[in-house]
Amino acid sequence: MLTILFDGVAYGMLLFLIASGLAVTLGLMNFINLAHGAFAMAGGYLAAQLSSRLGVPFLLTLPLAFLFAAALGALLEPTLYRRLYQRPHLDQVLFSIGLVFMAVAAVDYMFGATQQFVRLPAFLRGRFEIGGVGIGNYRLFIIGVCGLLALFIELFMARTRFGSQLRAAVDDPRVAAGMGININAVFLGTFAFGSGLAGLGGALGAELLGLDPTFPLKYMIYFLVVVAVGGTTTITGPLLASLLLGVADVAGKYYVPKLGAFIIYCVMIGVLLWRPQGLFARAGAR
Amino acid sequence: MTDTPVLALQTAHLQKSFGGIHATQDVSLQVVPGARHALIGPNGAGKTTLVNLLTGILTPSAGTIALHGEDITRMPPHRRVRNGLVRTFQINQLFTDLTPLETLAMVIAERDGIGARPCRALGRRTAQVDEAAALAERFHLADVLDARTRVLPYGKRRLLEIAIAVAARPRVLLLDEPVAGVPAGESREILDTLAALPADVTVLLIEHDMDLVFRFATRMSVLVNGALFAEGSTDEIARDPRVKAVYLGETSLA
Amino acid sequence: MSDAAQPATETLRRATRVLPYEIAIWAVAVGAAVFFPRYSPLWNEIAILALFALSLDLILGYAGIVSLGHAAFFGVGAYAAGLFAKHVMGDPLAGLAVGAALAGLVGLLTSPLVLRGSDLTRLMVTLGVALILYELANRFDNITGGADGLQGVAMTPLLGAFTFGLSGRVAFGYSLAVLFVLFVIARRLMHSPFGYSLRAIRDNRMRATAIGIPVSRRLAMIYTIAAAYAGAAGALLAQTTAFVSLDAFDFHRSADVMLMVVIGGTGYLYGGLIGAVVFRSMYDVLSGITTQYWQFWLGLALVVLVVVGHERIVRPFRAIGEWARGRFGQKDARAVDARERGGDGTVRGSDGKRAP
Repeated sequence: MLTILFDGVAYGMLLFLIASGLAVTLGLMNFINLAHGAFAMAGGYLAAQLSSRLGVPFLLTLPLAFLFAAALGALLEPTLYRRLYQRPHLDQVLFSIGLVFMAVAAVDYMFGATQQFVRLPAFLRGRFEIGGVGIGNYRLFIIGVCGLLALFIELFMARTRFGSQLRAAVDDPRVAAGMGININAVFLGTFAFGSGLAGLGGALGAELLGLDPTFPLKYMIYFLVVVAVGGTTTITGPLLASLLLGVADVAGKYYVPKLGAFIIYCVMIGVLLWRPQGLFARAGAR
Repeated sequence: MTDTPVLALQTAHLQKSFGGIHATQDVSLQVVPGARHALIGPNGAGKTTLVNLLTGILTPSAGTIALHGEDITRMPPHRRVRNGLVRTFQINQLFTDLTPLETLAMVIAERDGIGARPCRALGRRTAQVDEAAALAERFHLADVLDARTRVLPYGKRRLLEIAIAVAARPRVLLLDEPVAGVPAGESREILDTLAALPADVTVLLIEHDMDLVFRFATRMSVLVNGALFAEGSTDEIARDPRVKAVYLGETSLA
Repeated sequence: MSDAAQPATETLRRATRVLPYEIAIWAVAVGAAVFFPRYSPLWNEIAILALFALSLDLILGYAGIVSLGHAAFFGVGAYAAGLFAKHVMGDPLAGLAVGAALAGLVGLLTSPLVLRGSDLTRLMVTLGVALILYELANRFDNITGGADGLQGVAMTPLLGAFTFGLSGRVAFGYSLAVLFVLFVIARRLMHSPFGYSLRAIRDNRMRATAIGIPVSRRLAMIYTIAAAYAGAAGALLAQTTAFVSLDAFDFHRSADVMLMVVIGGTGYLYGGLIGAVVFRSMYDVLSGITTQYWQFWLGLALVVLVVVGHERIVRPFRAIGEWARGRFGQKDARAVDARERGGDGTVRGSDGKRAP
């Protein structure tokens, strides 16, 4: 049972890592980016190719995946995304779906439709014994890395200057701009960082989440759930939502395999019926 | 003679707080039927909040609201309208893609309870359309009846704004700064239509323009920092030195 | 009533009259059946897509609800009609009614979820409902046939006389007739007080409430109707192809239909029809060039369409339309046009066209 809990937590942490970028993009630019999963996929595929084709050590592929996805984000934000911030949500949805389709087809074309694997180093393939229960090292590693990153993000937002500027811009972009904060730079930096995190999540979680061209579509609903339930105003909101989702999904699939995925959707709808603005959102949040 | 006549609109200890901010404090307002009652106060006094509470857009933190004796504190906004409490907006809230005729006919259809009918076209419902046309004439809109609202000049839009509310046949009409932004030459039309409102419609007027207030209103309530500062007939308020002070800022109120 | 008001009330009264371009569109549709019967299966597919797109326009164009899972209703209608034909009776019209009714019911039941919350939660809920139904259809494969699809859907002759043959002519005639009837009903609806209240809600929701319109209730009604329409489209597919598979619930179907409605334009009912034709033609052309990676071009089309903006692409067509109307249209239409062109000329959104 504990194994399932850990599995769920690891899964949830990965979801959080990837979805955090989406939460910030939505909270900051009020932009619904359904293509967020594509950045995760990009990072994952890079890691997979580097580690299995070129023998690059796994630990090195992680920052590379981050940088690659961040670069992609930095490229797309000023050229395409920025034009659509004022557009209605429908346009943003259509645009990001278009990007997803392009990404999925492009990846399929370049690498085929089979699942990709990352070569994990030896120390991550083992198991760790805690009180008689075996937990995979890989999962522990994921939990550790994601936990540290979550802490880092929280501190970054709270303590650094860029973090304050970001929080100001989320609160009220016009006032922030009026105070001399370079909104465009904040948007660009945040978008790139969020995409980078997604890429990192994709690389880190390739083994756990499964990496194939349909990744962005498969996980789209999960990211949406995390952001809708967790809200976009805090870090802890999406984190808790992701953990809940991760544990519930893993437990559901294990205990009730016939209805596994189905349960998640019902729970999600139930939560939203009860609290339409999400579990953790502040009043007045988007 | 029976007991005291029912008040058209009444609030009892109405309160609205947003966290630590008390936007509306212990407001007990009493508006008699047929009144021309003005609600005035400096900027930020909480007039808009009070209107939003009355119309149901905001839920009160405490207190009750009664419309012609009926408790409407928990009633959803659209039902309050159905019961005769209608407002206009300070910033025009129009249906820009519809024509004035379509807009008014639709409001009348809604009022007549046929707003959800899916069969016969609105344009063929002569009773509603004719009434809409007649109302439009009273509001000097006859010449722009079939123009899209978005192309109308501001003065006509303002007239339409009020016409929409009147079309709903209100028992209590909340006018939120009806002449706001209207150039002096065009405000005459609006003032005429206000003066021509039927006597049995109770009017609560929220206004800054003191000329209009003194010309139109018979009773006044002064709102300051979310609380009722003074209330009385127009003459009484006009002579009240404290009210003058509040407006001119000689005394600051804690 | 004064003389000034007379022409305006007349214009409004005659707003329901059929415009020339509408007759043209339906004439073309019938002409396709008559002059190109060889392509009947293709016309049939387009008619079904058009009905599906019309159903999305009802909620997107008129209620402003962005749905990522409209295929949910399509799938419900398809499976309901298919199972009805397989287990109860093969009469097409009965199956159509069952499919539409069941889909409408699902719409009604899910409408509270969809009407609360923000755009984001709406996207999530609509996507979730479609996924749930997909899963359900997948799990209960003893009933639905699962991934292999529902076999054994046998239809009896339509109205007792017309058998669904291999040529597809009866199928297309059937689909076109259903599309036409449902279209006429939708058109009627949009001119009714109900339709106007929807337009008011779309235009200025706050004011709509302030004039006494029960907004949530009206939106729930149109959502239910739209769901029923989508279910009818699904039922048509099941009946005319005698087969239903899981792709009836697929996300691609939901995305495709959104693209159709955006291509054609929302809010004037013909957008879905035009979009369906354009989409299907694009598909034919592009899959001729690249069979497997059609999805890439679809995605690119979406991105370009959104970034460039529907307005800019449609502008040349609208200019032609206005010229035609000026040349051949009624005098009162021209007078109103002239007055409007003198107006503030604000850019319209993606629902720029006037309702027929």
